[in-house]
Amino acid sequence: MPKIIYVDIDGARHECNVANGVSVMEGAIQNGVAGILAICGGSCACSTCHVYIDTDWAERAGAASDIEDSTLELAYDRKPLSRLACQIEVSAALDGLVVHVAQNDG
Amino acid sequence: MIGAGQAGQQICDSLRRGGYEDGLVMIGDEPCLPYQRPPLSKKFLTGTLDAERLYLRPASYYEKQNVELRLDVRVERIERTTRSLYLSSGETLAYAGLALATGTRVRPLDVPGAADAEIHYIRSLADGQRLAARLAQVKRIAVIGGGFIGLEVAAIARELGKDVVLIEAFDRLMARAVAPPVSAFYAELHRAFGVEVLLSTGVTAIRASGAAYTVVSTGGEYTVDLVVVGIGVLPNSEVAEQAGLACRNGIVVDEYARTSDPLIVAAGDCTWHMNGFLHRELRLESVQNAVDQAKSAAASLLGQTSVYCQVPWFWSDQYDVKLQIAGIGMPHDDAVVRGEPATRAFSVFYFRAGVLVGVDALNRPAEHMAARRLLAQGTALSATQAADSGCDLMALARA
Repeated sequence: MPKIIYVDIDGARHECNVANGVSVMEGAIQNGVAGILAICGGSCACSTCHVYIDTDWAERAGAASDIEDSTLELAYDRKPLSRLACQIEVSAALDGLVVHVAQNDG
Repeated sequence: MIGAGQAGQQICDSLRRGGYEDGLVMIGDEPCLPYQRPPLSKKFLTGTLDAERLYLRPASYYEKQNVELRLDVRVERIERTTRSLYLSSGETLAYAGLALATGTRVRPLDVPGAADAEIHYIRSLADGQRLAARLAQVKRIAVIGGGFIGLEVAAIARELGKDVVLIEAFDRLMARAVAPPVSAFYAELHRAFGVEVLLSTGVTAIRASGAAYTVVSTGGEYTVDLVVVGIGVLPNSEVAEQAGLACRNGIVVDEYARTSDPLIVAAGDCTWHMNGFLHRELRLESVQNAVDQAKSAAASLLGQTSVYCQVPWFWSDQYDVKLQIAGIGMPHDDAVVRGEPATRAFSVFYFRAGVLVGVDALNRPAEHMAARRLLAQGTALSATQAADSGCDLMALARA
């Protein structure tokens, strides 16, 4: 299983094994990573699973789709590397991905 | 917490985040961990999504957060004088503070023959699992009710290749939530995908006919393998009522999610609440309401005051169309269409006395997000601006 590293808002690192095919958001929920709320359950409707991709992973993680890009408009403190974790599917290519959890519980 | 749904879970989270360290007990009448309900009428019915993926938190969360789960048990009675809960298991629990997040139950179809027919409702995970399993086996289904649930089921059933007849009593779809242009769009969408949509049609009886069932309606008879009913829900307020708490189409709470008893709060679908954003009392059935109101409820339990004042929002996925609703557009005195419905991407802006009150965005997520900002800020928007596709709403929202 690929490993995804979540850095929560307190700076704590969570190294989690996440199955291929599930989203980075689901991986966080399944592993109890604080700060990923995902109120809409992953249908790209709420922006409460906002994360920042670590700069080292900027290229490999890919860019947000138009729908995701629009949904991010509502996220607090959007940055160039902002993504919605529910829209990133875990695969072998993302083994070792580092994401920083944004402020989702405003 | 009485209730282990989205609101109960959020109260639990917010209490722990708010520094509450004493014991927490979450009581739920279903056997499984708290889960998301919205997918039950959507993707879950395709049978490709494991139940575990719907859980709001992993089992380990409840251990780590020291939350005692009492599942598959009902609260029969609340005795406020002794601060006691009487459970269906025969146990009695004492409480220092109590949160009611009891949700809703489905409104049953009450016509002759309904009790003996294979009727599916969708509320619980078990309902979803039963229907998903049966959809894999049958060919023809009738959906009674043209609201969100019925339409989402119809869409999934068509994607699974079933013959679908959808029967709605009112003269248009989703009449409670959206304006006529949106209703008309969805009727056409479902027909284009092969659903037989009957409007202004009442179901008068269901008859067994061999292994199948015949739905008798004012628009004719339809023989199907099973019937799905989505005709609304009723608030689970009985336990509160019996305890003498004020109830009126739900458990009455103020804008801080407080009931008429200072030790008891309530949140989610079950509440008839004063909505700080809308400045009126109503009941809302949505994830947004459950989550945001639960935050106020938790604050009240902690002795703080956090007014529930959030823009309501909803979503519905049908085929390749994502409907996102911001605010409450009903009732309204003006509705303006932005964009071209034929492109399957447009929005409807609702105004009351010249003020924007709600926006339905269909495959227009940017406009939904702009609308939520505009509504939250109270930014003035005219009907002319709304109709003008050249007017940059997000720029207006950011200004």
